[in-house]
Amino acid sequence: MDKILLILKREYLTRVKKKSFLIMTILGPLLMASAVVIRVWLSMVPEETKKVVVVDETQVFTQKFRNTENIRFYYTKENLEETRKSFYTEDFDILLYVPNNILQAQTVQVFYKKQPGYGILEYLRNSVSTQLEEKKLIASGIDISKIQASKTTVNLVTSKIEESGRIEKKNTEVLIAVGFIGGALIYVFIFLYGAQVMRGVIEEKTNRIVEVIISSVKPFQLMMGKILGIALVGLTQFLLWIVLTAGITNAVLSVYMSKKYDTSMVAKTFSKQEISGTTQNQLQNQLQMPDTYNEIQSTISSIQFGTLIGCFLFYFLGGYLLYSALFAAVGSAVDSEADTQQFMLPLSMPLLLAFFVAQAVITNPDGAVAFWFSIIPFTSPVVMMVRIPFGVPVYQVALSMALLVLGFIATTWLAGRIYRTGILMYGKKITYRELWKWLFYKS
Amino acid sequence: MELFSAKNIVKRYQSHTALDKVSISVNDHTIFGLLGPNGAGKTSLIRIINQITAPDEGELFFKGQRLSPEHVSQIGYLPEERGLYKKMEVGEQCLYLARLKGLSRQEAAKRLKYWFEKFEIQSWWKKKIEELSKGMQQKVQFVVTVLHEPQLIILDEPFSGFDPINANLIKNEILELKQKGCTIILSTHNMGSVEELCDEIALINRSKKILEGNVATIKKQYHSNTFDITFEGNMIAFTNSFGATAELIDHKKDGDLIAARITLAKGQKLNNVLHLLLPAVQLHSVKEILPSMNDIFIMKVNETGETVISNTNALTE
Repeated sequence: MDKILLILKREYLTRVKKKSFLIMTILGPLLMASAVVIRVWLSMVPEETKKVVVVDETQVFTQKFRNTENIRFYYTKENLEETRKSFYTEDFDILLYVPNNILQAQTVQVFYKKQPGYGILEYLRNSVSTQLEEKKLIASGIDISKIQASKTTVNLVTSKIEESGRIEKKNTEVLIAVGFIGGALIYVFIFLYGAQVMRGVIEEKTNRIVEVIISSVKPFQLMMGKILGIALVGLTQFLLWIVLTAGITNAVLSVYMSKKYDTSMVAKTFSKQEISGTTQNQLQNQLQMPDTYNEIQSTISSIQFGTLIGCFLFYFLGGYLLYSALFAAVGSAVDSEADTQQFMLPLSMPLLLAFFVAQAVITNPDGAVAFWFSIIPFTSPVVMMVRIPFGVPVYQVALSMALLVLGFIATTWLAGRIYRTGILMYGKKITYRELWKWLFYKS
Repeated sequence: MELFSAKNIVKRYQSHTALDKVSISVNDHTIFGLLGPNGAGKTSLIRIINQITAPDEGELFFKGQRLSPEHVSQIGYLPEERGLYKKMEVGEQCLYLARLKGLSRQEAAKRLKYWFEKFEIQSWWKKKIEELSKGMQQKVQFVVTVLHEPQLIILDEPFSGFDPINANLIKNEILELKQKGCTIILSTHNMGSVEELCDEIALINRSKKILEGNVATIKKQYHSNTFDITFEGNMIAFTNSFGATAELIDHKKDGDLIAARITLAKGQKLNNVLHLLLPAVQLHSVKEILPSMNDIFIMKVNETGETVISNTNALTE
């Protein structure tokens, strides 16, 4: 045990002291935070307004298209030929040509200086087709105002009834996000740190230092020391990332937001609305915002973060231990990283599968697929993580955790037997049959 | 007194037997040479002694007890394929490896200071291993091997990679360790160093032990009754005097002296021949020529068949 600790300490310290660890620790949160900040920033920067000149031979659409923040329509009396000629001298971005035979051909033409985005083109198409539809409806004697009045949108308010009868409002999107981020993190970390274990084993083997070390300690101790040491590196990096990401994101956003809006003003408007009676429509519109906001808030606070973080750490460690032992076995069986490929497939397949299943589980977190894949140890760390925010029966979590523990004990035992033979084998291409034989060698 | 012994060790790999009932016995305060051509099974035996692998059959004893993991701290091992962590600093690495052998940090640091001063390598402490030359790395590895003051030290080709000066330094260290009471198992192809250092040897070929014993005794055993005689006088008188009791192999005139090499005929004693020579020439010196360990090695290995074994097993040697 003392010796495992010694090995663990070395594995941990040499990795944490490396420059690459420091760089990754700083770069990781910067990348993640910048992803968040850029998204927020993008949603705030108003897009450039496109000026669309409409040549309408039918005269039917004139002044009918709705202007938006991004698109402004201008109507011209000139014909296509003239407008096209003056297109570059005028300040227009797009020319929309509606020909006389629009009803038969159902075709309009768009000319541009710079290729417009998909959103703009879609908006143009929709505008024309809605207008056309309306025209047709009027022509057949239908009252448009009645159709508009009958249009309805429905809001889904999702709630969970607890056994106690308590009703809890939950926002499914938040649950999906929390679960999926957890699962994806576990997936990435297993690959990242499993590969580190493998590389470490290959390094020791090609260095031949392994022979010196296993004349002092058992191969199994060396393997476990390495696996546990790297697990701690992973946890350290993860915690640093969380702290730094949250810090950077908060700092940047708060600086940016306070410049952009007076937050106290926003709060005031929200509170006022509840008292002052404006028109029904307006109130509903404005309440929609704080409503979803409150729902997200209540969903987030309803997720038991203690349980969630506890489960995350358990599945992270369990999944890592299960796979890293196998990564170590692969490392011991080869002479260089280039030779690892034939053995990597059976390792990455179940992980990849877990990742794909996790995406399916989002739509049906309580189905048979979700159940089985969150019980089988090879996929449970990722899949169960996605399910947990939705609420999973305790017995399922317990079963899955127990199997995961058994699973990593089994893979560690298996890997240990391959490892102790593999690290002393040089210059030979190893087949699966040989690995199988190694399992039964006397130690 | 016997410090270590291996009895009837058998080690099999998939398609071949690396060791076939090999027994060795190593006495306290001696240097034991483990000899054999490449692929004979030496490394397999050394790994078994270091408890890196286990034998399929046979028993091992250390100080009368069955060899067990507790004995690891009393054994030091310098593998043939040297290796250290390339990116780790020399001092830190030595401390780590010493502590794996059971030394405390303080004790390891104290002893390292002694050895680093002795080898005059104090300035390497903060250097990374990859910054050192191969010979320098070897020195560090030698220090690591003996730092925990093991009673049994196993050195696999300790001189490979050293220049003559450093090889000599290591040779003296080995002798000093023996003086201090260590027992050393030395595996090498360098027969010169075997004659200089080893008290006893075992020769392994094709998985079997084919020769063992005290170096001097073995050499005596393989003597061929050949003598170098220097004398003053007439060459013809010299050859005529011993007649059929011996055979002249070679001779060389060097000023007034003649050096001749003769082999005694079967059943003849040196005394008889000298008796015949005494009246004929003026003798200056007589010296028996014993076969070198190198000659014995080659002869014995050739006797037991081909020297080169096809390397069916992936293990080095």
